[in-house]
Amino acid sequence: MLNSIFLIFFFQLVGEFIQKFLELSIPGPVIGLFLLLIMLLLSKKKYYKIPVNFQINLINSAENLLNYLPLLFIPVGVGVVMHLSLLEDNLVPVMLVIIIGTLLTLAVTAFVMERLLKVVNKDD
Amino acid sequence: MIDQQKLYEIWVYLQAEPLFWLTLTIGSYLIADYFYRRSNLFPLLNPVAISVLIVSVILLTFDIQYERYFDGAKFIHFLLGPATVALAIPIYKKWDLILSNSRAIFISLIIGSVFAIFITYGLSSYFELQQELILSLLPRSVTAPIAMGISELIGGIPSLTAIITIITGIIGASLGIFVFDLMKLKKMEARGFSLGLASHGVGTARAMSRDTNAGVFAAVGMGLSGLVTSVILPLFIKFIF
Repeated sequence: MLNSIFLIFFFQLVGEFIQKFLELSIPGPVIGLFLLLIMLLLSKKKYYKIPVNFQINLINSAENLLNYLPLLFIPVGVGVVMHLSLLEDNLVPVMLVIIIGTLLTLAVTAFVMERLLKVVNKDD
Repeated sequence: MIDQQKLYEIWVYLQAEPLFWLTLTIGSYLIADYFYRRSNLFPLLNPVAISVLIVSVILLTFDIQYERYFDGAKFIHFLLGPATVALAIPIYKKWDLILSNSRAIFISLIIGSVFAIFITYGLSSYFELQQELILSLLPRSVTAPIAMGISELIGGIPSLTAIITIITGIIGASLGIFVFDLMKLKKMEARGFSLGLASHGVGTARAMSRDTNAGVFAAVGMGLSGLVTSVILPLFIKFIF
Protein backbone atom coordinates (compact mmCIF):
# COMPACT_ATOMS: atom_id res chain seq x y z
CA MET A 1 0.00 0.00 0.00
CA LEU A 2 2.67 2.48 1.05
CA ASN A 3 4.77 1.57 -2.00
CA SER A 4 1.89 2.44 -4.30
CA ILE A 5 1.12 5.71 -2.53
CA PHE A 6 4.79 6.60 -2.79
CA LEU A 7 4.85 5.80 -6.50
CA ILE A 8 1.73 7.88 -7.23
CA PHE A 9 2.99 10.84 -5.19
CA PHE A 10 6.41 10.50 -6.80
CA PHE A 11 4.97 10.65 -10.31
CA GLN A 12 2.94 13.71 -9.39
CA LEU A 13 6.07 15.31 -7.96
CA VAL A 14 8.02 14.64 -11.15
CA GLY A 15 5.05 15.98 -13.15
CA GLU A 16 4.93 19.19 -11.08
CA PHE A 17 8.69 19.59 -11.52
CA ILE A 18 8.51 19.17 -15.29
CA GLN A 19 5.57 21.58 -15.50
CA LYS A 20 7.45 24.31 -13.61
CA PHE A 21 10.77 23.63 -15.28
CA LEU A 22 9.44 23.68 -18.84
CA GLU A 23 6.72 26.24 -17.97
CA LEU A 24 4.04 24.07 -19.60
CA SER A 25 0.33 24.89 -19.50
CA ILE A 26 -0.44 21.22 -18.73
CA PRO A 27 -0.88 20.67 -14.95
CA GLY A 28 1.69 18.60 -13.06
CA PRO A 29 -0.72 15.77 -12.13
CA VAL A 30 -1.73 15.31 -15.80
CA ILE A 31 1.96 15.05 -16.75
CA GLY A 32 2.34 12.55 -13.88
CA LEU A 33 -0.57 10.55 -15.33
CA PHE A 34 1.13 10.35 -18.74
CA LEU A 35 4.48 9.36 -17.20
CA LEU A 36 2.98 6.62 -15.04
CA LEU A 37 1.02 5.32 -18.02
CA ILE A 38 4.18 5.24 -20.15
CA MET A 39 6.02 3.40 -17.40
CA LEU A 40 3.28 0.78 -17.14
CA LEU A 41 3.04 0.35 -20.91
CA LEU A 42 6.81 -0.07 -21.25
CA SER A 43 6.76 -2.76 -18.58
CA LYS A 44 4.05 -4.54 -20.60
CA LYS A 45 6.39 -4.54 -23.58
CA LYS A 46 8.89 -6.34 -21.34
CA TYR A 47 11.52 -3.62 -21.37
CA TYR A 48 11.75 -4.25 -17.65
CA LYS A 49 9.73 -6.05 -15.04
CA ILE A 50 7.42 -4.69 -12.37
CA PRO A 51 6.84 -7.37 -9.68
CA VAL A 52 3.32 -8.83 -9.98
CA ASN A 53 2.58 -8.22 -6.30
CA PHE A 54 3.46 -4.61 -6.68
CA GLN A 55 1.30 -4.25 -9.79
CA ILE A 56 -1.72 -5.72 -8.03
CA ASN A 57 -1.05 -3.46 -5.10
CA LEU A 58 -0.83 -0.42 -7.34
CA ILE A 59 -4.05 -1.30 -9.15
CA ASN A 60 -5.89 -1.75 -5.85
CA SER A 61 -4.64 1.49 -4.35
CA ALA A 62 -5.42 3.49 -7.47
CA GLU A 63 -8.91 2.04 -7.77
CA ASN A 64 -9.60 2.67 -4.09
CA LEU A 65 -8.64 6.30 -4.50
CA LEU A 66 -10.66 6.67 -7.70
CA ASN A 67 -13.76 5.30 -5.94
CA TYR A 68 -13.84 8.55 -3.99
CA LEU A 69 -13.11 10.84 -6.92
CA PRO A 70 -16.41 12.77 -6.58
CA LEU A 71 -15.66 13.52 -2.89
CA LEU A 72 -12.45 15.28 -3.87
CA PHE A 73 -14.32 17.97 -5.82
CA ILE A 74 -16.40 19.15 -2.85
CA PRO A 75 -13.93 21.69 -1.35
CA VAL A 76 -13.56 23.46 -4.73
CA GLY A 77 -17.28 23.16 -5.42
CA VAL A 78 -18.11 24.90 -2.15
CA GLY A 79 -15.73 27.68 -3.19
CA VAL A 80 -17.79 28.16 -6.32
CA VAL A 81 -21.04 28.64 -4.39
CA MET A 82 -19.36 31.01 -1.93
CA HIS A 83 -17.88 33.09 -4.75
CA LEU A 84 -20.88 33.17 -7.09
CA SER A 85 -21.15 36.92 -6.40
CA LEU A 86 -18.06 37.37 -8.62
CA LEU A 87 -20.37 36.81 -11.58
CA GLU A 88 -22.49 39.80 -10.47
CA ASP A 89 -25.29 40.66 -12.90
CA ASN A 90 -23.99 38.16 -15.43
CA LEU A 91 -25.08 35.09 -13.44
CA VAL A 92 -28.11 34.25 -15.62
CA PRO A 93 -26.51 34.64 -19.08
CA VAL A 94 -23.33 32.87 -17.90
CA MET A 95 -25.37 29.96 -16.53
CA LEU A 96 -27.26 29.76 -19.83
CA VAL A 97 -24.01 29.73 -21.83
CA ILE A 98 -22.66 26.97 -19.58
CA ILE A 99 -25.80 24.80 -19.60
CA ILE A 100 -26.60 25.08 -23.32
CA GLY A 101 -22.94 24.95 -24.34
CA THR A 102 -22.11 21.93 -22.21
CA LEU A 103 -25.16 19.90 -23.21
CA LEU A 104 -24.61 20.60 -26.92
CA THR A 105 -20.90 19.74 -26.67
CA LEU A 106 -21.79 16.48 -24.92
CA ALA A 107 -24.36 15.69 -27.60
CA VAL A 108 -22.07 16.41 -30.56
CA THR A 109 -19.04 14.57 -29.13
CA ALA A 110 -20.98 11.50 -28.02
CA PHE A 111 -22.89 11.40 -31.32
CA VAL A 112 -19.69 11.44 -33.39
CA MET A 113 -18.00 8.84 -31.25
CA GLU A 114 -20.99 6.50 -31.06
CA ARG A 115 -20.79 6.19 -34.86
CA LEU A 116 -17.03 5.68 -35.04
CA LEU A 117 -16.45 3.28 -32.14
CA LYS A 118 -15.69 -0.33 -32.76
CA VAL A 119 -17.13 -1.82 -29.60
CA VAL A 120 -19.98 -4.19 -28.98
CA ASN A 121 -23.10 -2.75 -27.35
CA LYS A 122 -23.64 -4.34 -23.99
CA ASP A 123 -27.40 -4.67 -24.37
CA ASP A 124 -27.37 -6.02 -27.94
CA MET B 1 -28.35 23.57 32.55
CA ILE B 2 -25.90 23.69 29.65
CA ASP B 3 -22.94 25.96 30.03
CA GLN B 4 -23.32 28.13 26.90
CA GLN B 5 -20.04 29.93 27.38
CA LYS B 6 -18.19 26.61 27.50
CA LEU B 7 -19.97 25.29 24.37
CA TYR B 8 -19.04 28.47 22.55
CA GLU B 9 -15.40 28.05 23.54
CA ILE B 10 -15.37 24.46 22.31
CA TRP B 11 -16.91 25.58 19.00
CA VAL B 12 -14.30 28.31 18.59
CA TYR B 13 -11.61 25.72 19.18
CA LEU B 14 -13.08 23.06 16.87
CA GLN B 15 -13.83 25.33 13.93
CA ALA B 16 -10.17 26.34 13.84
CA GLU B 17 -9.16 22.69 13.39
CA PRO B 18 -9.18 20.69 10.13
CA LEU B 19 -10.94 17.75 11.82
CA PHE B 20 -14.29 19.52 11.96
CA TRP B 21 -14.30 20.53 8.28
CA LEU B 22 -13.00 17.16 7.10
CA THR B 23 -15.75 15.38 9.05
CA LEU B 24 -18.36 17.78 7.66
CA THR B 25 -17.16 17.26 4.08
CA ILE B 26 -17.05 13.47 4.27
CA GLY B 27 -20.35 13.37 6.18
CA SER B 28 -22.10 15.52 3.58
CA TYR B 29 -20.75 13.30 0.83
CA LEU B 30 -21.95 10.12 2.56
CA ILE B 31 -25.44 11.61 3.02
CA ALA B 32 -25.57 12.80 -0.61
CA ASP B 33 -24.27 9.45 -1.87
CA TYR B 34 -26.84 7.58 0.26
CA PHE B 35 -29.76 9.50 -1.25
CA TYR B 36 -28.25 9.19 -4.73
CA ARG B 37 -28.16 5.40 -4.38
CA ARG B 38 -31.60 5.29 -2.75
CA SER B 39 -32.99 7.26 -5.70
CA ASN B 40 -31.60 4.64 -8.09
CA LEU B 41 -28.88 7.02 -9.27
CA PHE B 42 -31.28 9.82 -10.24
CA PRO B 43 -29.01 12.22 -12.20
CA LEU B 44 -30.27 15.45 -10.57
CA LEU B 45 -29.21 14.08 -7.18
CA ASN B 46 -25.57 14.16 -8.29
CA PRO B 47 -23.57 13.57 -5.06
CA VAL B 48 -21.05 16.33 -5.78
CA ALA B 49 -23.78 18.92 -6.37
CA ILE B 50 -25.80 17.87 -3.32
CA SER B 51 -22.87 17.71 -0.91
CA VAL B 52 -21.59 21.06 -2.16
CA LEU B 53 -25.04 22.48 -1.41
CA ILE B 54 -25.14 20.94 2.08
CA VAL B 55 -21.73 22.33 3.04
CA SER B 56 -22.44 25.74 1.48
CA VAL B 57 -25.76 26.11 3.32
CA ILE B 58 -24.02 25.28 6.61
CA LEU B 59 -21.23 27.79 5.96
CA LEU B 60 -23.69 30.51 4.96
CA THR B 61 -26.03 29.80 7.89
CA PHE B 62 -23.26 30.06 10.46
CA ASP B 63 -21.54 32.90 8.60
CA ILE B 64 -18.27 31.04 8.15
CA GLN B 65 -15.62 32.29 5.74
CA TYR B 66 -14.80 29.98 2.85
CA GLU B 67 -11.08 30.36 3.61
CA ARG B 68 -11.63 28.93 7.10
CA TYR B 69 -13.48 25.93 5.67
CA PHE B 70 -10.93 25.34 2.93
CA ASP B 71 -8.08 25.50 5.40
CA GLY B 72 -9.44 22.25 6.85
CA ALA B 73 -10.91 20.70 3.70
CA LYS B 74 -7.69 21.24 1.74
CA PHE B 75 -6.50 17.81 2.85
CA ILE B 76 -9.28 16.29 0.76
CA HIS B 77 -8.60 18.77 -2.04
CA PHE B 78 -4.94 17.71 -2.00
CA LEU B 79 -5.88 14.17 -3.07
CA LEU B 80 -7.15 15.47 -6.42
CA GLY B 81 -3.55 15.50 -7.69
CA PRO B 82 -2.71 11.90 -6.77
CA ALA B 83 -6.16 10.79 -8.00
CA THR B 84 -5.41 12.36 -11.38
CA VAL B 85 -2.13 10.43 -11.56
CA ALA B 86 -3.99 7.28 -10.49
CA LEU B 87 -6.18 7.56 -13.61
CA ALA B 88 -3.17 6.06 -15.42
CA ILE B 89 -4.08 2.66 -13.98
CA PRO B 90 -7.58 2.15 -15.47
CA ILE B 91 -6.30 3.62 -18.76
CA TYR B 92 -3.45 1.11 -18.70
CA LYS B 93 -5.84 -1.77 -18.04
CA LYS B 94 -8.00 -0.81 -21.05
CA TRP B 95 -5.11 0.21 -23.29
CA ASP B 96 -5.92 -2.28 -26.06
CA LEU B 97 -9.50 -1.05 -26.27
CA ILE B 98 -8.25 2.54 -26.50
CA LEU B 99 -5.64 1.71 -29.12
CA SER B 100 -8.10 -0.17 -31.32
CA ASN B 101 -10.36 2.90 -31.27
CA SER B 102 -7.69 5.55 -31.69
CA ARG B 103 -9.21 6.87 -34.92
CA ALA B 104 -12.64 7.32 -33.28
CA ILE B 105 -10.97 9.01 -30.32
CA PHE B 106 -8.93 11.36 -32.47
CA ILE B 107 -11.83 12.50 -34.66
CA SER B 108 -14.26 12.95 -31.74
CA LEU B 109 -11.56 14.77 -29.81
CA ILE B 110 -10.95 17.35 -32.52
CA ILE B 111 -14.64 17.85 -33.35
CA GLY B 112 -15.65 18.02 -29.66
CA SER B 113 -12.89 20.40 -28.57
CA VAL B 114 -13.42 22.78 -31.49
CA PHE B 115 -17.20 22.66 -31.05
CA ALA B 116 -16.89 23.48 -27.34
CA ILE B 117 -14.97 26.66 -28.16
CA PHE B 118 -17.29 27.75 -30.98
CA ILE B 119 -20.54 27.15 -29.10
CA THR B 120 -19.24 29.01 -26.04
CA TYR B 121 -18.12 31.91 -28.21
CA GLY B 122 -21.37 31.94 -30.17
CA LEU B 123 -23.60 31.89 -27.09
CA SER B 124 -21.54 34.49 -25.21
CA SER B 125 -21.69 36.81 -28.20
CA TYR B 126 -25.43 36.23 -28.49
CA PHE B 127 -25.86 37.30 -24.84
CA GLU B 128 -23.57 40.28 -25.52
CA LEU B 129 -21.20 39.54 -22.65
CA GLN B 130 -18.13 41.73 -22.12
CA GLN B 131 -14.93 40.57 -23.77
CA GLU B 132 -13.17 39.81 -20.49
CA LEU B 133 -16.02 37.54 -19.43
CA ILE B 134 -16.09 35.80 -22.83
CA LEU B 135 -12.36 35.13 -22.54
CA SER B 136 -12.92 33.71 -19.05
CA LEU B 137 -15.70 31.45 -20.37
CA LEU B 138 -13.90 30.01 -23.41
CA PRO B 139 -11.59 27.46 -21.69
CA ARG B 140 -14.41 26.14 -19.45
CA SER B 141 -14.55 22.53 -20.77
CA VAL B 142 -11.08 21.51 -19.69
CA THR B 143 -9.80 20.61 -16.24
CA ALA B 144 -9.59 23.63 -13.90
CA PRO B 145 -5.79 24.05 -13.68
CA ILE B 146 -5.44 23.97 -17.49
CA ALA B 147 -8.49 26.22 -17.92
CA MET B 148 -7.06 28.81 -15.50
CA GLY B 149 -3.70 28.74 -17.27
CA ILE B 150 -5.31 29.28 -20.68
CA SER B 151 -7.57 32.01 -19.25
CA GLU B 152 -4.56 33.93 -17.98
CA LEU B 153 -2.78 33.51 -21.29
CA ILE B 154 -5.66 34.84 -23.42
CA GLY B 155 -6.61 37.72 -21.10
CA GLY B 156 -9.47 36.27 -19.07
CA ILE B 157 -9.82 36.29 -15.27
CA PRO B 158 -8.45 32.96 -13.93
CA SER B 159 -10.52 32.93 -10.70
CA LEU B 160 -13.69 33.53 -12.71
CA THR B 161 -12.67 30.76 -15.11
CA ALA B 162 -12.21 28.41 -12.13
CA ILE B 163 -15.81 29.02 -11.01
CA ILE B 164 -17.20 28.69 -14.54
CA THR B 165 -15.20 25.50 -15.11
CA ILE B 166 -16.45 23.78 -11.97
CA ILE B 167 -20.05 24.74 -12.77
CA THR B 168 -19.51 23.26 -16.26
CA GLY B 169 -18.30 20.03 -14.66
CA ILE B 170 -21.29 19.74 -12.33
CA ILE B 171 -23.79 20.59 -15.10
CA GLY B 172 -22.30 17.97 -17.45
CA ALA B 173 -22.09 15.34 -14.74
CA SER B 174 -25.68 15.78 -13.57
CA LEU B 175 -27.54 16.61 -16.82
CA GLY B 176 -25.44 14.77 -19.43
CA ILE B 177 -27.31 11.51 -19.04
CA PHE B 178 -30.60 13.16 -20.12
CA VAL B 179 -28.95 14.18 -23.41
CA PHE B 180 -27.51 10.69 -23.97
CA ASP B 181 -30.84 9.00 -23.21
CA LEU B 182 -32.72 11.45 -25.41
CA MET B 183 -30.35 10.68 -28.30
CA LYS B 184 -30.57 6.96 -27.51
CA LEU B 185 -26.78 6.64 -27.36
CA LYS B 186 -25.92 3.18 -26.10
CA LYS B 187 -22.14 2.95 -26.08
CA MET B 188 -20.74 3.64 -22.62
CA GLU B 189 -17.38 4.55 -24.17
CA ALA B 190 -18.98 7.35 -26.22
CA ARG B 191 -20.92 8.67 -23.24
CA GLY B 192 -17.82 8.58 -21.07
CA PHE B 193 -15.52 10.18 -23.61
CA SER B 194 -17.84 13.13 -24.16
CA LEU B 195 -18.29 13.59 -20.40
CA GLY B 196 -14.51 13.78 -19.93
CA LEU B 197 -14.10 16.08 -22.91
CA ALA B 198 -16.93 18.49 -22.09
CA SER B 199 -16.95 18.42 -18.30
CA HIS B 200 -13.45 17.28 -17.29
CA GLY B 201 -12.82 15.81 -13.81
CA VAL B 202 -16.34 16.05 -12.41
CA GLY B 203 -17.67 14.37 -15.55
CA THR B 204 -14.94 11.73 -15.34
CA ALA B 205 -15.75 11.03 -11.68
CA ARG B 206 -19.37 10.57 -12.66
CA ALA B 207 -18.55 8.25 -15.60
CA MET B 208 -16.13 6.24 -13.47
CA SER B 209 -18.82 5.61 -10.86
CA ARG B 210 -21.21 4.20 -13.46
CA ASP B 211 -19.08 2.02 -15.75
CA THR B 212 -15.37 1.21 -15.99
CA ASN B 213 -15.17 1.63 -19.76
CA ALA B 214 -17.04 4.93 -19.55
CA GLY B 215 -14.65 6.07 -16.82
CA VAL B 216 -11.55 5.13 -18.78
CA PHE B 217 -12.76 6.88 -21.93
CA ALA B 218 -13.70 9.90 -19.82
CA ALA B 219 -10.17 10.09 -18.40
CA VAL B 220 -8.73 9.84 -21.91
CA GLY B 221 -11.14 12.53 -23.16
CA MET B 222 -10.29 14.83 -20.27
CA GLY B 223 -6.52 14.49 -20.70
CA LEU B 224 -6.53 14.85 -24.47
CA SER B 225 -9.02 17.73 -24.65
CA GLY B 226 -6.85 19.56 -22.12
CA LEU B 227 -3.88 19.21 -24.46
CA VAL B 228 -5.76 20.06 -27.65
CA THR B 229 -7.62 23.04 -26.15
CA SER B 230 -4.46 24.59 -24.74
CA VAL B 231 -3.05 24.56 -28.27
CA ILE B 232 -6.08 25.57 -30.38
CA LEU B 233 -7.78 28.09 -28.09
CA PRO B 234 -4.94 30.67 -28.18
CA LEU B 235 -4.92 30.27 -32.00
CA PHE B 236 -8.70 30.80 -32.11
CA ILE B 237 -8.33 33.98 -30.03
CA LYS B 238 -5.71 35.39 -32.43
CA PHE B 239 -8.11 34.73 -35.27
CA ILE B 240 -11.24 36.21 -33.67
CA PHE B 241 -10.06 39.20 -31.64
